Amino acid sequence: MIEVHELTKRYGDKLAVDGLSFQVPQGVVTGFLGPNGAGKSTTMRMMLDLDRPTSGSVTIDGRAYHQLRQPLKHIGALLEAKAVHPGRTAYNHLLWLARSNRIPVGRVDEVLGMVGLREVAKRKSGGFSLGMGQRLGIAAALLGDPKILMFDEPVNGLDPEGILWVRNLMKLLAQEGRTVFVSSHLMSEMALTADHLVVIGQGRLLANLSMDEFIDQNSHGFVRVRTPQPEALLEALATAGITSRPLADGGFEVVDGDPATIGDLARDHGIALHELSPQRASLEEAFMQMTADSVEYRTGADGSAIPVNPGNAAGIAPPPPEDGGGGGWGAQWQQPGGKRRKES
Amino acid sequence: MGDFSAVLLSEWVKVKTVKSTWITLLVAFVVTAGLGAVISAVTNSQWNSMSESDRLTFDATSTSFSGVYLGQLAVIVFAVLVVGNEYSSGMIRATLAAVPQRATLLLAKTAVVLLLVLPVALVTSFVTFFLGQALLGDHNVSIGDHGVLRAVVGMALYMTLIALLSLGVGFMLRKPVLSLGLLMPFFFLISPILSAVPKVKNVARYFPDTAGSQMVHVVPSTSVPYGPLAGFFICLAWAAACLLGGYALLKRRDA
Repeated sequence: MIEVHELTKRYGDKLAVDGLSFQVPQGVVTGFLGPNGAGKSTTMRMMLDLDRPTSGSVTIDGRAYHQLRQPLKHIGALLEAKAVHPGRTAYNHLLWLARSNRIPVGRVDEVLGMVGLREVAKRKSGGFSLGMGQRLGIAAALLGDPKILMFDEPVNGLDPEGILWVRNLMKLLAQEGRTVFVSSHLMSEMALTADHLVVIGQGRLLANLSMDEFIDQNSHGFVRVRTPQPEALLEALATAGITSRPLADGGFEVVDGDPATIGDLARDHGIALHELSPQRASLEEAFMQMTADSVEYRTGADGSAIPVNPGNAAGIAPPPPEDGGGGGWGAQWQQPGGKRRKES
Repeated sequence: MGDFSAVLLSEWVKVKTVKSTWITLLVAFVVTAGLGAVISAVTNSQWNSMSESDRLTFDATSTSFSGVYLGQLAVIVFAVLVVGNEYSSGMIRATLAAVPQRATLLLAKTAVVLLLVLPVALVTSFVTFFLGQALLGDHNVSIGDHGVLRAVVGMALYMTLIALLSLGVGFMLRKPVLSLGLLMPFFFLISPILSAVPKVKNVARYFPDTAGSQMVHVVPSTSVPYGPLAGFFICLAWAAACLLGGYALLKRRDA
């Protein structure tokens, strides 16, 4: 059981985490979602007592992390893929971890088998690929057979096969009754794995709800309609009390509409329809809407995309720059509130 | 307080499973003994050209230990890497997640360095002494002579305390380049130079390397106003101060 209570972390004049309180529900996968720089990694480091909170506290199974005598048996964490000495073998890396928490040495071989690294156990981790490094990190997290697992952006940089493996592993761990707390900046990724969501932006809690609730609240449907007689259809819809809004291409978007009703209505009024298609706002859009006010790098003043080049005019937001300190193009879009601390 | 014996075992696994440990300690042994042997042999062959006063204050024991000025650098590298490697690789986060009791961690690392360096230093010290004395010919001393055994053990203690001091600096500065960039020039250049500058040398004589040279002298040095025992305590104080400084920073810093 993880409880975060009024957690705050200040770096200079910048609040990385701002009065964050939430509980991580037991036995399910909880997605910890937020745009880059929202404070996810900082929060996770504070959960493990790696970073000292400015104020507030975190308890794991009712105790502060540093009060856990054998913390690896309570919570296993994957923070960075490369938290290993490159000159040490995978086996020896897990061995020192096992020794530090009195975990039986036989468990090392077991977790190496679980992540598929048994063949390279005696090889130095410095020669590992990103995917193998990530697997070693996950093996380390599983070592103490903990009830809680924490993964910070576990699929970052992995190939499709690796991503699928991590996804399935997280689901499996939750099926075994473990609590899985996983951070991501991609709603699409969480939609596939998470049962519960904790959404933060600029270090503040934006939402704490189940995935089903999130879908109910945010994934509203609408129907796209196109007709050569727009005036007639608009009037017919208005008469029937159905709200609609025109689209740029001459079509309409009927909010909360039902295709059958609209089709019948058009037929009754003798209006020809060229398109009648039900649409659903994606969860990604809903997530972006939710965090729009808190992202550090805006793509436009009203949240709409500003094309960086003509080829990108379709409304795809340019990715935020890796490092805001460099004063690149991203710097001018930065919201007031100080410098961004690079997430690491 | 954490589980000290488990953490100690874990730190021992860490230290013994990287190559740098064995390379640096082997270099410390070879350089200290080898350079001591060369200087002892040269001294023996140049004996007749030495001045009368040099002959009178000649210290066969400390002469055979001349190589430690270079050999200690390898010990410094070893101790700095014990902690610095963790910061440069990011492994410190895995370590502190496994052992969140930071005092226990620092004590365990200190104990591992102590338990590994002390035996290596004792072997180095005795081998260096006997090799040096053999090459000094007629001008040698015996291990049974007054103060000689004390100096040989003192030499091992000096190497061990330098390792602990370096470990403390490693905890304070974290990045190995920084720690080595401070310690190497300090022991190899800065301290010897400052010891030759008037007035400044009144302070410099309390630096750890000067205190250490008192520990290995059998014939008392005229330029330093304290003896071998005081030298030992001065070195001990330096090591303790660096480790305490390392702990003070480790305790409150973000990993």
